[in-house]
Amino acid sequence: MSRPVRFNITPIEANISDAVSVAEAPDGYAGEGFFTTKLSDVVGLARKNSLWPLPFATSCCGIEFMATMASHYDLARFGAERVGFSPRQCDLLMVMGTISKKMGPVLRQVYLQMAEPRWVISVGACACSGGIFDTYSVLQGIDQVIPVDVYVPGCPPRPEAILDGFMKVQELVGQESIRRRNSDQYKALMNSYGIE
Amino acid sequence: MALTNEHVQQRLSEKFGTIVSNFEEPYGMLSFEVEKDQNLKVLQFLHDEADLGFQFLTDLCAVNYPDQVGRELAVVYHLHSLKDNLRIRFKVFAPVAQPDVFTATKLYSAANWMERETYDFFGVNFVGHPNLKRILNVDEMDYFPLRKEFPLEDQTRIDKDDQMFGRG
Repeated sequence: MSRPVRFNITPIEANISDAVSVAEAPDGYAGEGFFTTKLSDVVGLARKNSLWPLPFATSCCGIEFMATMASHYDLARFGAERVGFSPRQCDLLMVMGTISKKMGPVLRQVYLQMAEPRWVISVGACACSGGIFDTYSVLQGIDQVIPVDVYVPGCPPRPEAILDGFMKVQELVGQESIRRRNSDQYKALMNSYGIE
Repeated sequence: MALTNEHVQQRLSEKFGTIVSNFEEPYGMLSFEVEKDQNLKVLQFLHDEADLGFQFLTDLCAVNYPDQVGRELAVVYHLHSLKDNLRIRFKVFAPVAQPDVFTATKLYSAANWMERETYDFFGVNFVGHPNLKRILNVDEMDYFPLRKEFPLEDQTRIDKDDQMFGRG
């Protein structure tokens, strides 16, 4: 009954030639004492390196998040030093844990209170799809109530996996076009969730 | 003179006769059955009598036996006598067509939320309960999840792989 592996067949080789990693500057035109680039690149760079997460930690994945924020795996290295528990002040909603059907409207309310631009990362099997709890009381995936940007699978995902998901969110944030939130496609997405 | 199962059984049979029946002792715990409409009288008797004193309601739950026609829903009471450290259990059977059972909230305040939970999951209607509404599930739910006829898995999943779950 075993099936051939379909995912992660050609993993990306890590480029570790030296102990120090250098972040690349965005493309632009440089001169003596000035550097010009696209506004969206600069804004993306600033946003992605200072994302303020809102940990919506409900169950076991919340414990893994605590480990990720602690000193060994340190999420603060990526700029997410200041976690806030008020949606009014945060950019990134991290949903970690089982969301029950009764909690769905609460989660939606928290998402609605966040200001644009906002991103959502769904950590763990229960938040992504209901996980092993395929029952009457568990919401089968938070994407039934809010739009999600990155899914991190695992039960629970290791802190490295959560960091990997966070880095993917950073990639999305860094390359986002300034006009994305006003585009028709985005509006259609929000309407499909019933959000204005 | 410590309280024993035999003493409790003897007192109950003297007082209630045929209303209590089916005395068993699985794993040493006395279990019996009471007629549906007499549950409050039995509870009051066990609570008030000086030598019995079962003044702690440990648990109140229900079981669904779909095969016993006319007695599908059983409400189970677990009582504990703190003085003498003796636990007993009794069951009250109700038909699923009319699952009315008298509420024990006037006697035990713990029964309040436990009866709400029993109503939420099995649909047992507790007559005289001050606030009988759903406690753990979503308020708009119109079925009773823990009854045997309700399927275990959420029916909105379309991506479950039947072969992996032994159904392919």
